[in-house]
Amino acid sequence: MRKLRIALWGLLAAAAVAAAGLAWQASRGAPNAPVRTAGAGIAAVGGPFRLTTHEGKTLSSADLAGRPFAVFFGFTHCPDVCPTTLFELSEHLKALGPRGDDLRVLFITVDPERDTRELLATYLSSFDPRIIGLTGTREEIDAVTVAYKATYMKVRTSGDDYTMNHTASVYLMDARGRFVGVLDYQEPRETQLQKLRRLVAG
Amino acid sequence: MSNHLVGRPAAPFRRARRPSLTEALLAAALTLSAGAALAHDFRAGALTIDQPWSRATPAGAQVAGGFMTIRNAGPAEDRLIGGASEIAGRLEIHEMGVVDGVMRMRPVEQGLAIKPGEAVELKPGSYHIMFFELKRQLKQGERFKGELQFEKAGTIPVEFAVESIGAQGAGQGSGAAHQGHGG
Ligand SMILES: [Cu+2]
Repeated sequence: MRKLRIALWGLLAAAAVAAAGLAWQASRGAPNAPVRTAGAGIAAVGGPFRLTTHEGKTLSSADLAGRPFAVFFGFTHCPDVCPTTLFELSEHLKALGPRGDDLRVLFITVDPERDTRELLATYLSSFDPRIIGLTGTREEIDAVTVAYKATYMKVRTSGDDYTMNHTASVYLMDARGRFVGVLDYQEPRETQLQKLRRLVAG
Repeated sequence: MSNHLVGRPAAPFRRARRPSLTEALLAAALTLSAGAALAHDFRAGALTIDQPWSRATPAGAQVAGGFMTIRNAGPAEDRLIGGASEIAGRLEIHEMGVVDGVMRMRPVEQGLAIKPGEAVELKPGSYHIMFFELKRQLKQGERFKGELQFEKAGTIPVEFAVESIGAQGAGQGSGAAHQGHGG
């Protein structure tokens, strides 16, 4: 009897810890709270850009006005974060259903030397067709990464080859092009989906 | 080319080197469940390589990752120093991590140490085999051959099982079960 009581108390304690953890995560990940810091002398995340889509069209930030969008920086010679993120974003778009049509998802390469428009088109054929691949000149890519405060860096592997370190978060922008938060690479899929649902709900 | 900082030493990922309690528990759980799972391990000398796996690759992809758990039952340290595979022009041993929202990856220059009596997990968001110059697209459900080269144990032939494009572990199928990414 005593053993049972101890076990039950143990279960209760574990449940309390789990609940506290969830509450903490919820408060931490509150996607509704604007994270923007403009006005405090710090420039906002985001800004004008002009790039080429994987279909060969020009896409500028002005074309995005009126609808929320998500921006992910990456490259196709990427073994882990980029394909998994594109896969997750595809799953999210599927889960959003028709609401997903209101969301534009942009995959901007930080490796324009290797990621040609053609390679991006091939690569993206494995993911949700609503995802738009973007490339440009090195200067155009630099401009957009600076605007989004994204970082990237080439890292030499063996021989003449290289891989890239880069920002792994997905930036969430509202219909007016204002930064509202990020999808964190390490957070649960459900949390990400909730954030996207809020984003498309406006 | 103004942004090249080629060869600049990245900050060391000390966190990745010392397994956390969760990782240790996970490793223990994996060890316990390994016997029950389909037999898919490879041995040579004191080393056991459990469930090598990879992911389906997007069309046109030039690289892929390889993952597994390597256990050393012997009295001496060994090192994973290289290898080869039928699906890639070459492979390297890499370490990656997401630190402050930035994905960082770098080659493990001196090889990956497998200490006596210990297990090292190669998994998403951590150590991995990086396949370069892919010869073909990897499809879920297939297997491909490879060999891993160790300093003491020599060359160990293995077979990688290809999981889904979003899988976070061996034998996961669709990858729908995962909660958050490894990291
Ligand atoms: Cu790698």
